[in-house]
Amino acid sequence: MSPIRDWIAGPAGPYLAILAMTAATYLCRAGGVFVMSRVLITPRLERGLRALPGSIVVATVLPLAVQGGPPAALGLIAALAAMAWLRTELAALAAGLAVVSLVRAAGY
Amino acid sequence: MDSASRFTLQGCLHGARLTLPLMPGLVVFASAFGTAAQQRGLSFEQALATSAFVFAGAAQMVALEVWQQVWAPGTILGIATVTAVVNSRMVLAGAAIQPWLRGEPPGRLAANLFFLTDASWLIATRYREEGGRDVGVLFGAGIALWALWVVATVPGYLAGALGGEPRRFGLDVVMPIFFSAMLVPLWRGARAARPWAVAGAVALVVQALVPGYAFIVAGALAGAVAGAFLE
Repeated sequence: MSPIRDWIAGPAGPYLAILAMTAATYLCRAGGVFVMSRVLITPRLERGLRALPGSIVVATVLPLAVQGGPPAALGLIAALAAMAWLRTELAALAAGLAVVSLVRAAGY
Repeated sequence: MDSASRFTLQGCLHGARLTLPLMPGLVVFASAFGTAAQQRGLSFEQALATSAFVFAGAAQMVALEVWQQVWAPGTILGIATVTAVVNSRMVLAGAAIQPWLRGEPPGRLAANLFFLTDASWLIATRYREEGGRDVGVLFGAGIALWALWVVATVPGYLAGALGGEPRRFGLDVVMPIFFSAMLVPLWRGARAARPWAVAGAVALVVQALVPGYAFIVAGALAGAVAGAFLE
């Protein structure tokens, strides 16, 4: 056993693990900003960046809606409709949560 | 004329206010992490430090799966890798808001990015789509979410009871609801939404083929590439 291995296996271990998780997470948070600040933004890259927020949202939500079955899918549709109509997140949240709870209460 | 970004206290407070609808879901999620951490054998200080420094809900939950009682270099590397994989979508989220952050002083930018989460990214992206220029909104939203996240870890750890109920009130779908509602302010007509369709299709295919949450990064990247090449 090397001294470093002993140190990691000791009481410091959990905190080293948390430190490693912190570093990994921060690299993800700062990485995209850092890289884009060093890259020449061509018109093509700019079009890609403009499509990125909506793409992130759709790529996150659509699989979750499919995975969550009828309650999630109907709830997300209700939230979208409420948002399009009333333009506030609170209305979207209320409509979405109401539909999810109702559909789940109905036994899905 | 006034298109340059700024950073004000009013912006921070506005950002913090915009997080209010997310608070109930956040409390439940943080409590659930506290409970799960306690069950996995983390000390109170370790659970609190994880919430305070890592501050990434899904990654913290998944990391508990590979939490060890005795650590070795390999398992440390393993938990770092798992965390990075779950958080890899934040690379794209950061890239998407980078144009807004140009000109920020490096120190303030570095601090701001420490608090970047899905929720504050959504809030800031919506604010910016509507013409907002105050980078403080991102910071204020991030700080507010962080403070509640850390505090709400405590009752979950101590009581171990708050974690079980999120499904009953539908609180587990609060973040997906927030995400889908974002599509309304982002909407710029069917033509501009074609990359979104590509993103959705690729995400569904990847979801069916690859375990975990790789579908987010794969779909989002596909959408950006489609946006770059579809005229």
